[in-house]
Amino acid sequence: MIPSARVALFVLGAIAAGCATPVDEGEIAAKATAVIKASFKPAGQAGLDRLEQDETQRACSAAAGKALPRDIATKIEQANLATIRYPADGKFLGDWKNGEKIAQEGRGMQFSDNPSGPVGANCYACHQLSPAELSFGTIGPSLYQYGKLRGNGIEVQRYTFGKIYNSEAFTACSNMPRFGHKAILSEQQIKDVTALLLDPASPVNQ
Amino acid sequence: MFARAVFALAAAAIAPAASAQGSTADEIAKYRAALREGNPAELWQARGEALWREKRGPKHVTLEGCDLGLGPGIVKGAYAQLPRYFADADRVMDLETRLVWCMVKLQGYTESDAKRNVFGSGNDKKSDLEALTAYITSESRGVPMKVPLSHAKEMEAYRVGEKLFFFRGGTHDFACATCHGEEGKRIRLQDLPNLMTAEGAQKAYTTWPAYRVSQGELRTFEWRLYDCFRQQRFPELAFGSEAAIALTMYLARNANGAPYDGPAIKR
Repeated sequence: MIPSARVALFVLGAIAAGCATPVDEGEIAAKATAVIKASFKPAGQAGLDRLEQDETQRACSAAAGKALPRDIATKIEQANLATIRYPADGKFLGDWKNGEKIAQEGRGMQFSDNPSGPVGANCYACHQLSPAELSFGTIGPSLYQYGKLRGNGIEVQRYTFGKIYNSEAFTACSNMPRFGHKAILSEQQIKDVTALLLDPASPVNQ
Repeated sequence: MFARAVFALAAAAIAPAASAQGSTADEIAKYRAALREGNPAELWQARGEALWREKRGPKHVTLEGCDLGLGPGIVKGAYAQLPRYFADADRVMDLETRLVWCMVKLQGYTESDAKRNVFGSGNDKKSDLEALTAYITSESRGVPMKVPLSHAKEMEAYRVGEKLFFFRGGTHDFACATCHGEEGKRIRLQDLPNLMTAEGAQKAYTTWPAYRVSQGELRTFEWRLYDCFRQQRFPELAFGSEAAIALTMYLARNANGAPYDGPAIKR
């Protein structure tokens, strides 16, 4: 057999084998990225820029629900910790009553929402807080008696404000939104939710 | 008016149970059982069957020659084997996309005409696609899900769908997996199926389309995905897009083995 015919046969064989061989992971990931870009259209306040992932989103997507290697998780946490802007006045606790309203409010930033309408944190979607509210979810841990169990010293206040501001600073690939970092809530709103969790008068701590 | 009456019934059934969560869930289950007989989805099914058999479009033909995967005109059991690869289109299609294809190829509609009102809203904006979907899916009731992955493009769609399931984005970092990747979770009082398991995917996927009491509308699986992404704070998922089909493939295939049980009724 002349060499060129042998090469041709080899190529044909490789193509035939290719049909049965699984496409490699990298190709599927690239295809998925292209599919995402081609499948959405801007609507209301939600533009296509929302599909542009940052490093944290990319790493947590690739983890596909599995635990990240510790060194990558630490890197994500450190990068996110650096984004937290603590209040300039050094005060972490706002008005717990307003915090309860923010925790109840599910609207905000959906393409169907009024851009000038309220933006809430919807804490009850995932957490138990005030015992009076029976309609709470279980994706996150119960926060009932959050402050009663931890005390409300300045370190706990600072940690709690930071956790709401950017949850990924403390748990890489947390399910919880980064309310401050992504400008979902204002600094004052984060203070109010912090107060809901830590104020001794808050129903959460009764 | 029918929808409003059903909604009033729903409120009446749920209201007394507000005192405790366990009993609320029980009451919702009882209410669903009570409504299973006489599901308003039947109105959509009947309209869809009439649309399927009616000579329509510029070419004035019925959809009865449409190949939903089991051969032209075969409706029985077709939905239980979708999405799948179609050689004539050289791509993987879900039911809704295939219906649009047939309306264009057989009946001569333009694609934008076929996609008019993909999701209905009251009497002024009825969706032919939702009605047709209700009819076709009803013809698979009781048929075990058997979605194929034999073609390379079907396998590719499944694997891309799995990637999309974990894709985090938007202002809130949400992915499908945020809510649907763990066992026994709830959002507010709503139970969340773990769609990565056969049991979770079966329970969820086989009960769409569904008549949504809170909306007074029948909603398809394309709508379910569209509305999930809305709540994820993503931009709008385009109807019949590759992402919609890949995710549907991932979930439908995960539901394989379970008897299809729709159109259902949901709160």
